[in-house]
Amino acid sequence: MNNDLIDLLWEGLLETLYMVFWSSLFALAMGVVLGVTLVVTDKGGILEAPKLNKVISTVINGVRSLPLIILIVLLLPLSRLIVGTTLGPTAAIVSLSIGAAPFLGRIIESALKEVSAGKIEAAKAVGATPFTIIFRVLIPEAMPALVRGITIGIIGITEFTAVAGAIGAGGLGSLAIRFGYQRFREDVLIATVLLIILLVQIIQWSGDLLVKSINKKRYKFE
Amino acid sequence: MIHISNLSKSYKTAKGVIPVLQNIDLFIPKGDIFGIIGFSGAGKSTLIRCLNRLEEPDSGTIEIGGKVITDLPEKELRQARQKIGMIFQQFNLLDARTVFQNVAFPLEVAGHPKPFIRARVREILDLVQLGDKENVYPFQLSGGQKQRVGIARALVNQPDLLLSDEATSALDPQTTYSILELLREINRQLKLTIVLITHELDVLQHVCNNMAVIENGQIVETGTVEKFFLNPDSDTAKRFVHIIDHYREKRSVMEGVGAGI
Repeated sequence: MNNDLIDLLWEGLLETLYMVFWSSLFALAMGVVLGVTLVVTDKGGILEAPKLNKVISTVINGVRSLPLIILIVLLLPLSRLIVGTTLGPTAAIVSLSIGAAPFLGRIIESALKEVSAGKIEAAKAVGATPFTIIFRVLIPEAMPALVRGITIGIIGITEFTAVAGAIGAGGLGSLAIRFGYQRFREDVLIATVLLIILLVQIIQWSGDLLVKSINKKRYKFE
Repeated sequence: MIHISNLSKSYKTAKGVIPVLQNIDLFIPKGDIFGIIGFSGAGKSTLIRCLNRLEEPDSGTIEIGGKVITDLPEKELRQARQKIGMIFQQFNLLDARTVFQNVAFPLEVAGHPKPFIRARVREILDLVQLGDKENVYPFQLSGGQKQRVGIARALVNQPDLLLSDEATSALDPQTTYSILELLREINRQLKLTIVLITHELDVLQHVCNNMAVIENGQIVETGTVEKFFLNPDSDTAKRFVHIIDHYREKRSVMEGVGAGI
């Protein structure tokens, strides 16, 4: 492997990390809002609003039913509006965040729904406001499930960045396509694949570790 | 203390409207331990949950300590709830919080300062004999201990009324007994009114003074516990008491047989 290749891989890795980090952050922020809203506005929720729930749910399903690569193309004008270009990692963050937010929203919704209705009721019974219930009961109680779900979400986003690489986002995915596929550089292809696998493993390990430490405190596992 | 008048509630299901509470009228005196007994599905849980409006009644009024609970807007309802403690069959403790933090929760909600919370929580944990468990998570507690935490949480903000929603139904008889003793102790020490619902006669017999029998969403009998056991009026009450009589007879027969041998 020549220095040239190592430089390429290093640059690709940094771009991928950059995209994964910021896309995850933005998608997570939107996903938490979506997930919490879905749960509290659901029938029997603490801020029941069936119509709003239906609207959000339908929009999420709509966005999720589009293949990512098409969603990215659709969102290109938005990227141009926000970051001034449709090319490169920064432009990709816009599409990736919006593309992944509904996915994270559903993950967060299902994690929050695991919190038993009885715990919510106990909080209501002492006079807690919906705000207090969300931040001091719902989210802390669901934390292990949330972390597990968010880990899946971030791994999903890592895969998305590789797809986005195919249409000019940069990163390891782009490297694999431009060099590995289009220029028949098998060494680049293999190296990028290995790096992506490693990255996904590290994310999964970190998530598992975090869940374990939360559960160990609460339930004295291990 | 508590006046319930003409309270009704029904659930809308796919099959139509099912009435769960029908024109309930009930008076519960201050400082009483008042039991509401009924078979499964009689509406007792819905009734007690209407008292702090975890369930919204369709019509009728509930007045607690001079306040018409059924008229309160959200914000005032939340304030009123701070003075109505509640304990549950499934305890409903928060897994993410230690015993101390669970009991502190109502005080956090009420906006008390930290030093006050610390002192008050310790005081109430001593009362329920869990002073040594404050840093333990609920997962490590037995059912009886969990319910003690539930009781501490319900009492920590010095309520005027304690609602018990089948609080001992998930516990073994011995633990049930110790929890009931604790409730009686609290009633005496703190002059607290307690309303409890149950399907267990033992519970009534141990702690209640006055009681009501509920069947099909209607109160079919009210009076003292003594009258219920000695001279029941309604068919439902007779059915309950009949169960005991049946066993009492059986026992005397068996004892008779034992004596014969």
